[in-house]
Amino acid sequence: MPRSQAVAFALLACFVGAAPFFLFPVYVMKVLCFALYACAFNLLLGYAGLLSFGHAAYFGMGSYLSAHAAKVWGFTPELAILAGALTATGLGAAFGYLAIRRQGIYFAMITLALAQMVYFFCVQAPFTGGEDGIQAVPRGALFGLIDLVPDFTLYWVVAAVFLAGFLFLYRVVHSPFGQVLKAIRDNEPRAISLGYRSDDYKLLAFVLSAALAGVAGGTKAIVFQIATLTDVNWPMSGEAVLMTLLGGIGTMFGPVVGALIIVTLQAELAQFGAWVTVIQGVIFVVCVLAFRRGVIGELQRAIRRPL
Amino acid sequence: MSDLWYDLEPFLQQGTLGLVNGAFYAILSLGLAVIFGMLNVVNFAHGAQFMLGAFVAWMLLNWAGIGYWGALVLAPLIVGLIGVAIERTMIARLYKLDHLYGLLLTFGLALIIEGLVRNAFGSSGLPYRVPEAFRVPPVDLGYMLMPAYRFWIVVVSLIVCLGTWFAIEKTKLGSYLRAAVENPRLVQAFGINVPLMMTATYGAGVALAAFAGVLAAPVYSVNPAMGANFIIIVFAVVVIGGMGSILGSIVTGYILGVIEGFTRVYYPEASATVVFVIMAIVLLVRPTGLFGRA
Amino acid sequence: MTPLRHARAQAANTIRIGVLNDQSGLYRDLTGPGSTQAVRLAVQESGITTRGVNVEVAEADHQNKPDVGSTVVRQWLDRDGFDVIVDVPTSSVALAVNTLCRERNKVLLVSGAATSDLTGSACSPNTIHWTYDTWMLARGTGGAMVAAGGRTWFFITADYAFGHALERDVSNFVRAAGGEILGSVRTPFPGTTDFSSFLVQAQRSRAQVIGLANAGGDTINSIKQAAEFGITRRGQKLAGLLVFITDVHALGLQTAQGLVLTATFYWDLNDNTREFTRRLGRMPNDVRPSMVHAGCYSAVLHYLKAVEAMGVQAAKASGAAVVERMKAMETDDICFGKGTIRAGRPQDPSRLPVRGEVAAGIPLPVGLLQAPADHPGRSGLPAARRGRLPVGAHLTRVAEAAPAASALAPPREFRPFRQRSSRA
Repeated sequence: MPRSQAVAFALLACFVGAAPFFLFPVYVMKVLCFALYACAFNLLLGYAGLLSFGHAAYFGMGSYLSAHAAKVWGFTPELAILAGALTATGLGAAFGYLAIRRQGIYFAMITLALAQMVYFFCVQAPFTGGEDGIQAVPRGALFGLIDLVPDFTLYWVVAAVFLAGFLFLYRVVHSPFGQVLKAIRDNEPRAISLGYRSDDYKLLAFVLSAALAGVAGGTKAIVFQIATLTDVNWPMSGEAVLMTLLGGIGTMFGPVVGALIIVTLQAELAQFGAWVTVIQGVIFVVCVLAFRRGVIGELQRAIRRPL
Repeated sequence: MSDLWYDLEPFLQQGTLGLVNGAFYAILSLGLAVIFGMLNVVNFAHGAQFMLGAFVAWMLLNWAGIGYWGALVLAPLIVGLIGVAIERTMIARLYKLDHLYGLLLTFGLALIIEGLVRNAFGSSGLPYRVPEAFRVPPVDLGYMLMPAYRFWIVVVSLIVCLGTWFAIEKTKLGSYLRAAVENPRLVQAFGINVPLMMTATYGAGVALAAFAGVLAAPVYSVNPAMGANFIIIVFAVVVIGGMGSILGSIVTGYILGVIEGFTRVYYPEASATVVFVIMAIVLLVRPTGLFGRA
Repeated sequence: MTPLRHARAQAANTIRIGVLNDQSGLYRDLTGPGSTQAVRLAVQESGITTRGVNVEVAEADHQNKPDVGSTVVRQWLDRDGFDVIVDVPTSSVALAVNTLCRERNKVLLVSGAATSDLTGSACSPNTIHWTYDTWMLARGTGGAMVAAGGRTWFFITADYAFGHALERDVSNFVRAAGGEILGSVRTPFPGTTDFSSFLVQAQRSRAQVIGLANAGGDTINSIKQAAEFGITRRGQKLAGLLVFITDVHALGLQTAQGLVLTATFYWDLNDNTREFTRRLGRMPNDVRPSMVHAGCYSAVLHYLKAVEAMGVQAAKASGAAVVERMKAMETDDICFGKGTIRAGRPQDPSRLPVRGEVAAGIPLPVGLLQAPADHPGRSGLPAARRGRLPVGAHLTRVAEAAPAASALAPPREFRPFRQRSSRA
């Protein structure tokens, strides 16, 4: 890990460790869940150059399956999240197989189309509870031992899930696999001519991204004790794009900062009533026109070190 | 015989109604395709501009006493001018960048427009009546009764779509435009003002959206979210037709309207999803869309 | 809403009310800032603040997202010591908040949400469902329409839980009253703008009544297009199963003509409701108070009475106890008149809500089904009658209402109701 990133990671770890002592735990947990979701999305967009417009499908199905497993099947929370993650992985493998054959805007559109079909399934399937969603999901006890009902206890589990996911992604991006991925992003024909089977790499990246999005969705379901159609509808896919753009595409820490900003905006703007959409719109416009690299992207440029 | 006719009837009915919806899809996706084809920008604000067209029509009626026919001309002009301002101040800076940025910028614009309209007019919508000339009993087609205004929608949409197609594919101005897409610097060197042409094109695309908005005001609920409901479907239409293909988006618009109509009889729950199923299949089989060039 | 862990110190003698609803989306007009305005009016009129109790009112926008609503409510309840949550439209958010309030023994007064699950499977001793629910709407419009001669029905149903529940409930009432369901069609939700295909199917069924089991923009679109297709002119009746006053305004009077609907409150019903509208003052976007606004006012007023009766300390200690107390007391307010909160659904026909029909310029209460002798449609207070549900304390308010008439006219120009016969 280069020094700049080591320092940034230390800061992140400090923040995660200290946050629940001065910030409201549920709010921080929400930030962490969305940060993991955005990081997973960024693996595809930032490092493989694939803009998925259907990540809500994996996030939402992860959320639904975890909620269902915890509530109906009586799974412990870690198994419930695992069930959500596995579902998202399977879905990601199937959709990825279809989607990676297309590039650019066509890739975005095909992921959107597939995700809309998942949304349709969720509206129709009885187990999702339709518009009401799955409500009153029990938080349960970790490994059947540690009661997760108090926010403060649950927080450390969520923090652990997030940090594990983040480090895993760091490892993936900085592995030989990640290097090939970046090569494919920058010049696919060249990567192919060097003998890399680009489709295999892209598919694996897609599956990993979907799996982690599923983990994020499942964790969110346990934290908020609900899974609803909001999780699986297309604006949720859009949120991943926005968080990543705001924080900085293709940076390790960007999506985390982006998630922090978006979740805080949702909370802070709640008091501005109808202006909330206008303020959000202005932020995106300004961001695209003036800070195209995102917060971390600009910072990275300023200190000339990777973040 | 009568049984057969009875079975055939819903088919004809839904096909006809689907054509009307297809007319809206066609005009909207045409505007999107023009903007994408010429400017390489995915205009996410298209739905909001459609909605703005309907609201401007309402404002013209209630504040200036200008009725439907006046609005049909004035509203696209007004909204088109707003589009020109948007292009000059913002979109023009993004031409050299990835599609993503244009999409995000226009997404932000859509949020702003929708939010402002909601602040000014509330969320539940405004009334707008069918124009006087069409307040006649529905026309009997033999298999169904069709309101006169819906005929007008199909006719005017056909005229506008074919007119736009003709202007771009068959006129001199259109050929400049297409040339400017292929090689802007060369066209610029010939003394043609390419940035001005780009601005005008965006304005025209936006005006098409607003035109559809005025057309929709008497039949659909005029509310701030009316465009958001359309935008994703219209995107799908453009992709199926082949991004940037003018004729493709027109034809696909009508076809999808009709297919959607049939779905509403046989599997109504899926009628909003069928578009995406078709999009997925088309993209897998023919990645450039039905009418797109590779 | 700063997301800090610890809130400022709170006075023991303070009641905190959180109004959670949609301030920026689809339901802004019928809930939104108007609900907060109604709650503030209730606090002011209760006079409780002049007797040494502090009342703080906060509002927040849940943007129709359950996780946003859930975060806000957790902060309010766990950190800021709020005592009661009010309004909460959108059933997924309402159900989530319902669980939170129950777990923490606080009070939830639902006005904006429709789902009858709140008084059914998700029933809680900490929740009162104040204004309306799908069951009541079904009974109001469904039962009365059959009695008025609409025997055969066809449904246009929004394809989600709310639509399904509404269709199911209305079907039961229609069948029980001797009517017949000829068919139904499920419309994708959200994402349907054009209802003509479905309307033509409804027309083809030759049903006497077309039931619109949908809400908001869907309802407006279906009614607008039904008018366009001349469906009502050809003898079929439209029954709007959830139509708010804001929807009638959005349609315009000519288009809404002949529509039958049920509401629990109508601002222009009588002198009392007009007085309420006047006291409420100017509303955002100049909307007229909806039944949701009136419900927020009435619920908070009654809540504060209960708090005063049992003492602030006791009220803060247990939400369930406050709800118990509220049930024990008779409600009385300018919007709904006298009434009680009871458990168990109303089976007595006299508790039926009244449906109104939109007629040219004049709102008419028609088909008042077995109205009690003192039914106040023409004078005085509307009788608020509440039904209640098997467990816990839930309230289905039943009162008389008719839809908007003079959408553009100021309140004082309103003409009183007339009997249907006087129109012809």
